[in-house]
Amino acid sequence: MNRRRLQLWLFAGSFAFAFLLQLMPLPQVLLPLKPWWIGLALVYWAIEAPERAGLGFAFLLGLAGDALTGELLGEQSLRLLVLAFIVLRFRARLRFFPVWQQALAVLALFLNDRIVILMVRGFSGAPMPPPEFWISPLLGMLACPLVFLLVDDLRLRLRGSD
Amino acid sequence: MRSDTATLFAEGTVGTLRLIVYLALAVVVMILDHRGQYLEVLRRTASLAVEPVYRLAAFPSQVARATRTAVATQDQLASENRELREQLLLAQARLRRLDTLVAQNTRLKGLLEAQENLGLRVQFARLVNVDLDPFRHRVVLDVGAQQGLAVGQPVIDATGVMGQIVEVLPNTSIVMLVTDPTHAVPVVVERTGLRTIAYGSGVIDRLELPNIPISGDVQVGDKLLTSGLGGRFPAGFPVGEIQSISNDASGMFAAALATPAAALDRSGEVLLLRDQPQPYGPPSPEPPVGPPAELAGPGPAGVQPGEPPSP
Repeated sequence: MNRRRLQLWLFAGSFAFAFLLQLMPLPQVLLPLKPWWIGLALVYWAIEAPERAGLGFAFLLGLAGDALTGELLGEQSLRLLVLAFIVLRFRARLRFFPVWQQALAVLALFLNDRIVILMVRGFSGAPMPPPEFWISPLLGMLACPLVFLLVDDLRLRLRGSD
Repeated sequence: MRSDTATLFAEGTVGTLRLIVYLALAVVVMILDHRGQYLEVLRRTASLAVEPVYRLAAFPSQVARATRTAVATQDQLASENRELREQLLLAQARLRRLDTLVAQNTRLKGLLEAQENLGLRVQFARLVNVDLDPFRHRVVLDVGAQQGLAVGQPVIDATGVMGQIVEVLPNTSIVMLVTDPTHAVPVVVERTGLRTIAYGSGVIDRLELPNIPISGDVQVGDKLLTSGLGGRFPAGFPVGEIQSISNDASGMFAAALATPAAALDRSGEVLLLRDQPQPYGPPSPEPPVGPPAELAGPGPAGVQPGEPPSP
């Protein structure tokens, strides 16, 4: 019971931390490089704990993200839904990939996500983003092994602690 | 919910139907939000939860700044102090000169029977250091509705126009910078008086002026001021300086690029203008004045005595 609650805390805590990282200020030059932390967290949990991080969760998470960044409500929901759906579909394969292949999968997922953003922005009449827009998925790919190994390690520790 | 055992090897555990339902829901929410108003209540409720998160996210950078001040050497502080004192001296000298000008101006305006002079009432605010979206130029301020803010208030810093308030939460507000790709500000070229519009470019140190008439007299280095048209920004604040001029794609207009005057990516403190600029246009008509209702008597049909007399 206690262990289960700890796992739940880790689950919620990782998303809270992802939100804070997403909002964290950076020097102007580094801003476009910021990876999509919330997306990374969702990919991880959709692979590891699909019973918690399902489509409904992705939807609500996206609404929370949009409220935080003051964007069009539902934009991030749509992006996270697409992300979660693809991950859940290929979960059986993804979870047995070595880390570098998972990183490549994340790159593909995040590039796809950028296309989803372009579609939404196109429909809502917002101007098209500059070329730096496409750098962030690469950084997401680089950050992915770090995040996955870190959270894996934390989970193992929590499991071993009692 | 599904059971745990079912997910181990099953391939298509997430139904396409559920995806479609959720996607449709997201699209509906987006359309409702884009059309405005419908989700105001939701947004306002959410803002209660949002503010603490902003403060929390800005906390590390605040701590970093505080530590930097704490460990700054005496030397640095002394030199910074000296620099600031010099600036203050300079500013005060300018103010003295301005005082006389203001006095002269009021006298002249009195002669012209101008209605009121442009008294600047400002409010001081600090930036909350969070990054909402690197491709939209929005910043967060630490004052909100409880401090009397309203959507549309212009935001300036020491050197020029920064932007305007686009969203007000109880204790926080969100500013759209002049360089945001969806922002536009009516400007006038200081040297020639040519009016045009400066659009945000999405790059923090550039404004675009895409439609200057070919015959318009604009040179590199010309200062741009707010023109006061549009009724959002008061007239006469520096907006930027022309950096380069070229022809636009159609060849019908000259297109210029300008550098914003305000230190958009460096200002930590900003000023909010409290007085909305005077509405543009002729004064509103006098209220109709007639005899008091009891004296007017029954007039012909359709002609009612005007306003009831005020006590």
